[in-house]
Amino acid sequence: MVNAVGKAEVERPSLAHRISTTLYSKPKLRLRLLLSAPVTWLGLVYIAALLALLVTAFFTVDSFTGEIKPGFSLQNFTDLFTNSLYSTVTLRTIGIALGVTIVDVLIALPIAFYMAKIASPRTRGILLISILMPLWASYLVKAYAWRSVLSNVGIAAWLLRPIGLDTPGYSLLGAGITLGYLWLPYVILPIYASLEKVPSNLLEASSDLGAKTFTTLRKVVFPLILPGIVAGSIFSFSLTLGDYITINIVGGASQMLGNLVYGNVGVANNLPMAAAIALVPVVIMFGYLTAVRKTGALDNL
Amino acid sequence: MQKKATFKLLALGAVAVLALSGCSAAGNGGQMLDKLGDPEKTVSLLGWPGYAEDGSTDPAYDWVTPFETETGCDVTFKSYGTSDEAISLFKTGDYDAIAASGDATLRLIAAGDVQPLNTSLLQNYDGVYDFLKDRDFNTVDGKNYGVPHGYGANLLMYNTEEVSPAPTSWSVVFDGASEYKGKVTAYDSPIYIADAALYLMTHSPELNITNPYALDEDQLAAAVELLKAQRENVGEYWSDYLKAIQAFDTGDTVVGTTWQVIKNYLAADTPAAVVLPEEGATGWSDSWMVSSKAKSPNCAYLWLDYIISPQANAAATEYFGEAPATPDACQYGSEGFCETYNAGDTEFESQLWYWTTPTEKCLDGRTDVKCTDYAKWTTAWQEVKG
Repeated sequence: MVNAVGKAEVERPSLAHRISTTLYSKPKLRLRLLLSAPVTWLGLVYIAALLALLVTAFFTVDSFTGEIKPGFSLQNFTDLFTNSLYSTVTLRTIGIALGVTIVDVLIALPIAFYMAKIASPRTRGILLISILMPLWASYLVKAYAWRSVLSNVGIAAWLLRPIGLDTPGYSLLGAGITLGYLWLPYVILPIYASLEKVPSNLLEASSDLGAKTFTTLRKVVFPLILPGIVAGSIFSFSLTLGDYITINIVGGASQMLGNLVYGNVGVANNLPMAAAIALVPVVIMFGYLTAVRKTGALDNL
Repeated sequence: MQKKATFKLLALGAVAVLALSGCSAAGNGGQMLDKLGDPEKTVSLLGWPGYAEDGSTDPAYDWVTPFETETGCDVTFKSYGTSDEAISLFKTGDYDAIAASGDATLRLIAAGDVQPLNTSLLQNYDGVYDFLKDRDFNTVDGKNYGVPHGYGANLLMYNTEEVSPAPTSWSVVFDGASEYKGKVTAYDSPIYIADAALYLMTHSPELNITNPYALDEDQLAAAVELLKAQRENVGEYWSDYLKAIQAFDTGDTVVGTTWQVIKNYLAADTPAAVVLPEEGATGWSDSWMVSSKAKSPNCAYLWLDYIISPQANAAATEYFGEAPATPDACQYGSEGFCETYNAGDTEFESQLWYWTTPTEKCLDGRTDVKCTDYAKWTTAWQEVKG
């Protein structure tokens, strides 16, 4: 008996050993197990949240008690499409997002080009740090800093009044400037990264073949860094589209889509309507990404 | 070795389960308390800014610490900017008690978020002004849900250097607002529509508005039109009172609706004054209510009793700038405190239009028309802001 028991102990491998043997012989299972955690996370946190948003948009709210009543109603979408408030605010938001993106790209291009192609390694390091530095400070701190810059008694007014101008104050322009400042690093970095990959001898070759500087930039550099520009623009466009804090702090009385969402959650306590409005930027971003994909710029990302 | 590790894991799991069940074992199901039990050590409160000061804003103002020492209930306090924000925060169930205005109390009662109060457990309740007890904003079907905290008016604040002559009417923010274009402010909540309606009561008598919270479609449209015209001159709306303070300090805002507490917080060198305009004003009468999901109902009751005790009530209401809930508070406030806020003056009190939730059934008693409810006001307000 003793012998038999001892034999069995030797022959029966431990659980961990058996698992490791099985996994060793089945690489596909191994991969699946390895991916299951991140995929579950992606599924639950991203997809399920988005689906919940979509489903909630069809619910209604008891206007007096504020209780959410599940069900199927198209009322929120009817409101969304028939009330001119929503189209006005949507257009305004897209306008700001486009403006911020264009200005940011225009500022980012020369900076990134200088950093990647002209600056000495030392200057490049300093520039890189100074671009990254603002990211260390909280978004709120920076927005409030701009609130004091743009104020009636702020630096902007102090600088601009002697030359006959005035601070843009708390307005759409003020919000645009602040947002442009906030997202600039996110636009510079991808453009810089793609410019760094452009071999300098291509520029020399182009010049040797008689192309002027602008032609070289347009025909050689631009197509090569387009994916970087697109990546940067996705950042600034989507971040502006969803913003509601900056506009609240420096935007004066103006509203963006984010404010309508926030207003419906925080003020009106109407989560279904907020969900319906929140789908608008999702749809816009979807359209933007599809358009970008068509240009082929995403292939190189 | 392996067995030991497994056992350790099991033990850890058991501890975690125990800890979690400890968290959920709370609440008294929203039933009225018969008697007070032992205090729970912590209590979580929600209220307007300045309703529970523990000395962290200004060491001179502290009525929370004495309560904590006396009862052993540790207070956590969160402030909110609008009644709507209060309701969505309170619905999370994280708070034991709330100080809510009349435009929130009825909605909380209707949604079952608060529990009926046993006022006989509150020793100081007898001292409260009778005209604040059992009102339509704190009592439903004979059940009392809230003890009065204090009441006051939404005032007009102006920069004394920029705005002259000194305004005596709300017209400075409505018909005459263009003079201060871009520097006018207004309260960012649908309930502000009532301020416009109140103005129209005096200035457009043909609309026959008798209660600023009972507006039919036409009356609401008139108020919205007035607010849309005002929107052209508004620099920014405020619901965050800190933003209002800062805008007044820098001079970005020079005139608009305010609370006394905002005036109190302004920098000493900001030239500002507040006035109760001749049209009267909207106002609030706040009640402390206990959550139906309260984890610390005993501490919540103790707080309710404490905040209507003359000394604490005087400290809290004078700090916010409103009339106290009990006449005995007057002797603890500074000289002239009760006179300033017309405490106990029922004549003055009857002229204030306390925030109330507008409902389809007209609050002014009209039965021939349907009034606009709060959902309509919310949509209207978003349209005003554009």
